[in-house]
Amino acid sequence: MSESSLKDCIFGAISEIAPEATFDGLNPDKGLREQLDLDSMDFLNVIIALHEKLGVDIPEKDYPRLFTLNGAIRYLGERTAGRQA
Amino acid sequence: MPQLGADMAAGKLTEWLKKPGERVKRGDIVAVVETDKGAIEVEIFENGTLDRVLVEPGAKVPVGTVLAMVRGDGEAPSAAPPMPRPMPAVAPSVPKPRPAVAVPERRAPAGPTGRLRVSPAAARLAAERGVDLAGLRGTGPDGAIRIADVAAAPAEVAPAAEPVAALPEPATPAEAIRRAIAAAMSRSNREIPHYYLSHAIDVSRALDWLARGNEQRPVAGRLLYGVLLVKAVALALRDYPEFNGFWRDGRFAPGAGIHVGTAIALRGGGLIAPAVHDADAMTLDALMASLRDLVARARAMRLRSSELADSTITVTSLGDQGVDAVFGVIYPPQVALVGFGTPAERPWADQGTVTTRRVIQASLAADHRASDGHRGALFLARVGQLLQEPEKL
Repeated sequence: MSESSLKDCIFGAISEIAPEATFDGLNPDKGLREQLDLDSMDFLNVIIALHEKLGVDIPEKDYPRLFTLNGAIRYLGERTAGRQA
Repeated sequence: MPQLGADMAAGKLTEWLKKPGERVKRGDIVAVVETDKGAIEVEIFENGTLDRVLVEPGAKVPVGTVLAMVRGDGEAPSAAPPMPRPMPAVAPSVPKPRPAVAVPERRAPAGPTGRLRVSPAAARLAAERGVDLAGLRGTGPDGAIRIADVAAAPAEVAPAAEPVAALPEPATPAEAIRRAIAAAMSRSNREIPHYYLSHAIDVSRALDWLARGNEQRPVAGRLLYGVLLVKAVALALRDYPEFNGFWRDGRFAPGAGIHVGTAIALRGGGLIAPAVHDADAMTLDALMASLRDLVARARAMRLRSSELADSTITVTSLGDQGVDAVFGVIYPPQVALVGFGTPAERPWADQGTVTTRRVIQASLAADHRASDGHRGALFLARVGQLLQEPEKL
């Protein structure tokens, strides 16, 4: 999947959990949770939504790789590589 | 109208979800009420048939107002107009059909002839609106004056725009929540002599155990560590029941079950602490499912009346991005609040050796009228012991 479609996918997942979240001015290298005020339950729900959208199983030990937007794009890019979306 | 929080004086009925004549059973959601805490789904506590509704959608009524009458199985439908029924002079024996939706409102006692019979809610409204009760004709049993009679009466002074709200209507839901928190917390600090205890708990084993278990679980079934904390508190309360309940009328009233209110931050600001019922008897998976559901509904401002009204203790956890410790303000009329800071790696001395362990600072804020520090310390220590054996939770 392209970087931009992964980004849309991540924003879409976050918007389902936090409908009022705005992504203008989001720093892609800083924590998503702090910037968007997501607690641990929200973050788990974002992971579940990404799992459902992308069919990627994200083990708990990999969660830290999804803490920033760029990190999440990279991680999901690796996990979906070789697939044609 | 149930009291959905210590500070709630009135609520607006927005919708009936059951119609007169429909069957209702305990736990059914029968109505939606708008309060400072959002739209609350009101559950019923009786089985039977909804006989008639006494409050129409759109009406804002004081806490304690009877919203509807439920006819038990085998009871005759109420005649219209309702049959006058002799009322007991002193004992508040339960009238039939019973007021089933809200806290039962005690009817005006049948005093000696000539005495004015008026429901407490009607009396309150009359006082607020300056209505002369003596000039009213009641439509309740034996001519008792009901709130509807007062509402229909011309006020001697111009009625306030909202008969029961002392303050202007809050402009936004966030303002309403802020105001509800302000009222409850002010009351708490005014009335409750708090004492505080703090205890560092090594949660390394619990967190490792949880991580191992989560490896085997599907994404949607994974547990958050907060579930362990809630379960440990719930189990400890079985041994220390004096922290599970309410301070009412100058004495401690134990809770009827262990209903743990869990503080949930709302994204627009403010917080709410709906109850997980009988948390001590739930599996961790069931507890996780309940918490996930509560968080979602709390944030959508769609909670049920029993979840807001009957927490017997509150647990607040700062989560994994907070600070070391929290010392809570008890939510009245509860008598205790257990707080958990953020787990963090700390140097930990054990049998002469210092290692690093993941540690949570647990705290207890308790009502000194209901308990003493000695028992509080034992209770908090018990929570810590339970977290050393997570597989037994």
